[in-house]
Amino acid sequence: MSVKITIGAINKKHGSSKEYKTGGWRTMCPEVDLEKCISCYKCYDYCPDAAIKKTEDGIEIDLDYCKGCGICGNECPVKAIIMVKEEK
Amino acid sequence: MGEQKSLTIKGNMATALGAKLCRPNVVPAYPITPSTLFPEKMSEFIADGELDASMINVESEHSAMSACIGASATGARVVTASASQGVALMHEMLFIASGMRLPIVMAVGNRALSAPINIWCDHQDTIASRDSGWLQFYAENNQEGLDLMINAFRIAEDDRVLLPVMVGIDAFVLTHTIEGVDVPAQEDVDNFLPTYDPKQGTLNPKEPATFGSFAPPEFYQEFKQAQTQAIEDSRSVIDEVFDDYAERFGRQYNKVSTFECDDADIILLTMGSMSGTAREAVRKMRKDGKKVGLAKLTVFRPFPMPELKDILGDAKGVAVIERNISPGFGGAVFAELGATFVNEKDRPIMKNFITGLGGRDIFIENFEEMYQKTKDAVEASKVEEPVEWINMNEEVTR
Ligand code: SF4
Ligand code: SF4
Repeated sequence: MSVKITIGAINKKHGSSKEYKTGGWRTMCPEVDLEKCISCYKCYDYCPDAAIKKTEDGIEIDLDYCKGCGICGNECPVKAIIMVKEEK
Repeated sequence: MGEQKSLTIKGNMATALGAKLCRPNVVPAYPITPSTLFPEKMSEFIADGELDASMINVESEHSAMSACIGASATGARVVTASASQGVALMHEMLFIASGMRLPIVMAVGNRALSAPINIWCDHQDTIASRDSGWLQFYAENNQEGLDLMINAFRIAEDDRVLLPVMVGIDAFVLTHTIEGVDVPAQEDVDNFLPTYDPKQGTLNPKEPATFGSFAPPEFYQEFKQAQTQAIEDSRSVIDEVFDDYAERFGRQYNKVSTFECDDADIILLTMGSMSGTAREAVRKMRKDGKKVGLAKLTVFRPFPMPELKDILGDAKGVAVIERNISPGFGGAVFAELGATFVNEKDRPIMKNFITGLGGRDIFIENFEEMYQKTKDAVEASKVEEPVEWINMNEEVTR
C-alpha cells in the first residue's frame, strides 16, 4: 500500500478511520469449526475487540480487527474455536 | 523605502513592536515575568486601533499555546510571548505546534526555572525545549529582538519550513533595559513579509478535516523524518531571509556571527546578551596582544554545524560559555559542539563554562579567566576539567 503523508498530518478524507485495520498486531489466529458451533454467542459477548459477527449458521471473525487474544476460544463451551499460529 | 524610526525602548517593547509590524491576526497570551509587557503592549495596540487582531486572554500558558495552535491552524498569523515556568507549562503543546507544522512565533524572555524561584536571566527555559521541533533564535540586544521577530515570521511561514520559532531575549538584561532601536517602516515590513498562505490547508468548518491526525507505527517515523527534513531545509531559508533583510534594512544577521576570529587561537562561543560583554573582553585582550575571537550563536535550532566547523575549525581552543546546565552532563551547546566535531581529525580543544545562571552577571574579567583556562588546556594539550562553573559566589558555603 502506498501512502502519501501530508504536512502537519492533515487528513481531509472523512470517515477514513475505518480504513485503519488493527488486526496486524495478531500472532495467534482463531479458527472456527462451524460444525461444532451451537450459536450460543458467548464468544461474541466476550470478544474485547467486537471482532465477532453473528451469522445465520453461527459466527464469523473479522480478521481485520481480531487481535488473536484467544478469549473467544477459551470461552467457547464446545471448543469450536482453536487458536493457530498466524502465518504472515 | 520608508525611513526607520529611532526609538529608545525596552526589549519587550522591541519584540512587541517587531510582532506588531508583522500584523498578527491573533495574540493568545498569558502574562509572566519578565515577558508581561509583551501581551500588555499587544492589547494596547489592539485597543488603540493600531493593530487589527484578536487578543485571547487565557488561564494558563498551556492554554495560550493551545489557542495559538487552534488559531494558527485556521491560517491566522499568530504570536505569543512567555518565559521560564510558562514555557515549561507549554511543553506538551510545543511539540504539537511543530508536529502540526504551524508557523507560530513566540518571544521568550529567557528566565531561570524553579526551584529555587528566580525571575532573572538564564537560558534553561528554551534550552529545555530544544527537542520540541521549534527553531530557536537568541538576541544579543533589543535591536536584534525586534529584527529577529520579523525574520522569524518570514522563515516560519516559508513553504519549505512551516515550523514555529522562538525568539529569546534575556530576562531583564534585555526585557527591561531601555536601548536605542531602529524600527522599520510598516510598508517596508509589508513588502518583506508576504501574507501567510497555508497551502497545506486550514481549519475550516465548511470543509472539515483532521489536523495532526493519528499516525500508527507504520507512518509516525516518516512524519517525524519529514518534520526533521523541514528544519534541515530551514538552514538555507534562514540565510536567504537574513540576507534579504540586510539588503532592505541594513542589518545583517548570521546563524553564527564572528568578531576577530580570523587569526584567533582561542575563540569564545556565546549566546544572547553576554555576547556584548564578551566582545568588550575580546577588544581588551586583543589590546594586550592575545589572539582571541568571539563567535556568537544567533541560531541555536537548527544547530549550525557547518558554520561552526568553518569558524572554529582552525582555532586551537574554544571556550563554550553557557547560561544553561543539563545536570549530569554539562551545557547543551558544549554537547552539540562536541558532536559537531566528533568525526573531525583536527579539532580544537573544547572547554565548557557554566555561568550567568539565574541572573548572575558575567564580567569582562570572567571572560578573561575563561580565555586563560582554555589557553592553559591548549598548552597542556589536555582538558582536566571539561565543565567548569565560573563566577561562583565565594561567600556561599554548603
Ligand atoms: S462460543 Fe463457540 S459455540 Fe458459542 S457462538 Fe462462539 S463459536 Fe459458537
Ligand atoms: S481472538 Fe480475541 S480478538 Fe480475536 S475474535 Fe477471539 S476474542 Fe476477539
